[in-house]
Amino acid sequence: MTSTAGLYGGYGGRYVPETLIPALDELERGWRDAQADEAFHAELDELGRTFGGRPTPLTRAERFAPRKRLYLKREDLLHTGAHKLNNALGQAVVARRLGKHRIVAETGAGQHGVATATVCARFGLECVVYMGADDMRRQRPNVERMNLLGAEVRPVEFGTRTLKEATSEAIRDWITNVETTHYLIGSCVGPAPYPEIVRELQAVIGREARDQFVAAEGRLPEVVIACVGGGSNAIGIFAGFVDDADVRLVGVEAAEAASLGSGHAAVLHGARSSVLSDADGQIEDAHSISAGLDYPGVGPEHAWLRDSGRAEYLSATDEEALAAFRELSQCEGIIPALEPAHALARARELEEELVLVCLSGRGDKDLAEVLAHDV
Amino acid sequence: MKKVVVYLMSGPETPELAAAAAEGGADLVELGFPFSDPLADGPVIRRAAERALREGMRTRACLDCLARTRELTPDTPLVPMTYSALLEAYGWERFAADAHEAGASSLIVADLPAGERADLRRIQLVAPTSTDERLRLAAEHTDGWLYLVTVTGTTGARTDLSPALAALVERARAVTDVPLYAGFGISTPEHARAAAELTDGIVVGSRAIEVAEDGPAALRDYVRTLRDAVDSVMAP
Repeated sequence: MTSTAGLYGGYGGRYVPETLIPALDELERGWRDAQADEAFHAELDELGRTFGGRPTPLTRAERFAPRKRLYLKREDLLHTGAHKLNNALGQAVVARRLGKHRIVAETGAGQHGVATATVCARFGLECVVYMGADDMRRQRPNVERMNLLGAEVRPVEFGTRTLKEATSEAIRDWITNVETTHYLIGSCVGPAPYPEIVRELQAVIGREARDQFVAAEGRLPEVVIACVGGGSNAIGIFAGFVDDADVRLVGVEAAEAASLGSGHAAVLHGARSSVLSDADGQIEDAHSISAGLDYPGVGPEHAWLRDSGRAEYLSATDEEALAAFRELSQCEGIIPALEPAHALARARELEEELVLVCLSGRGDKDLAEVLAHDV
Repeated sequence: MKKVVVYLMSGPETPELAAAAAEGGADLVELGFPFSDPLADGPVIRRAAERALREGMRTRACLDCLARTRELTPDTPLVPMTYSALLEAYGWERFAADAHEAGASSLIVADLPAGERADLRRIQLVAPTSTDERLRLAAEHTDGWLYLVTVTGTTGARTDLSPALAALVERARAVTDVPLYAGFGISTPEHARAAAELTDGIVVGSRAIEVAEDGPAALRDYVRTLRDAVDSVMAP
């Protein structure tokens, strides 16, 4: 591994203890072998179709955005209720190819933890999920789902007690058990080759959405918009359009977790990216009503897309996301997760008429949080 | 003579603690520059880092601490041990220059593996998982000695010395003549002695930080037990 591999502009890399380098090299080789193997792609397509429910539909949101032709890519209809399954399935297949029988993962909102617990149950893999103690309280139903699926959920009781600390603790577990364990990271973050693996596994969103949009409208969307925490649903849907220079790409961050909007170049969780950090490089806390966006870092490819100008990044407040959450529920009969509600909040304001929104997950998990804000 | 290395977290009491460690027989002191998200560290050093950050031990304050320690302990090499995030924010070359200016003999960056930023002169770490090729790369680039991480895991005391150390030493000796110091999981004189049988030195971190809570005299006495244990090993 040379020092230039795994870089997006100056972002990315492998800022990890030496113990993990051989495992990252092994993963990289396993990933390249899988990519070159038709049987791998066939297995993934089959699993996506027969287990995940792919392709997910494209739904026009006519009452939500009456003056636009606004479409939702319905990852909320994927098995387990969010796009996270695309990545979990793919990495589980890679882990099996590498002979790993134990999986560790981190989770914030619990959607990645549920997806990971699901694929581990499906393949008979041991599963340990680290989750911040505060997030376990906020997302109780997902904790119960993971337990039911046979995963062990380990609370992280120190630091911010959210996704940042859960990620650090999952990486520490991996350092300790690296010979038997695959770290199934949930977003396009972490050391190389993870950002690339997660992007490629989520790119199915963009491939499908592109074909579906063209079938519906006879042309490409003018703008593609998605929420960005770590950024995996956004990088997945962007992948279908990044080579179409006329398609505007917009990411929407939570206002108080805007790693791209107000962060600095810093190193977190094994990669250099744009991170909420102070002048000394210490990582700052993020805040969002949506546990899935409550993360001070972001995938290195997004930092590069921002710097290159190919994508732009806006933000939405908790209140704006809550309003969009209610309006989509009432206008369309679709309860979105709070994460994509941030994208919905900005989508209607865009000047373009032809809009594609990644509806990355469903909102059942967020009802308690939303109802608590109504009083 | 085999070496005893003691790790201390930077803080207001560190210069006196480092002096006490030297008095007890430490040959080198590592000074932790705390980071908010230290991936290589177990609970003891993580908590010490959290406390140091609460006390304002940011990069500039750590460099000042290093300079004060240098004044109080002029003859013992001092080596900052930290994470890439601090260097990224401060400026990689500027950090190395200012640390040297403040009296550092070298540098350890826990999450900067061999091959990355090869121009930054530092002590390289290797682990039981390192391939022979990586052992060779780390040895070629290291600054003076090679830090053998005895376990696949994070820092912190263990009941027994890692059984992986002997094989790691054997593989390292086959590719390099640089001195090998073992760290991670070494906390008792028994561990120190057993590790020193195999290597050229030992590093004690988490346990030293716990003992340092009881003040310089306790640290000096503890380090002396390590010194005696290491000195009881006959040189080959």
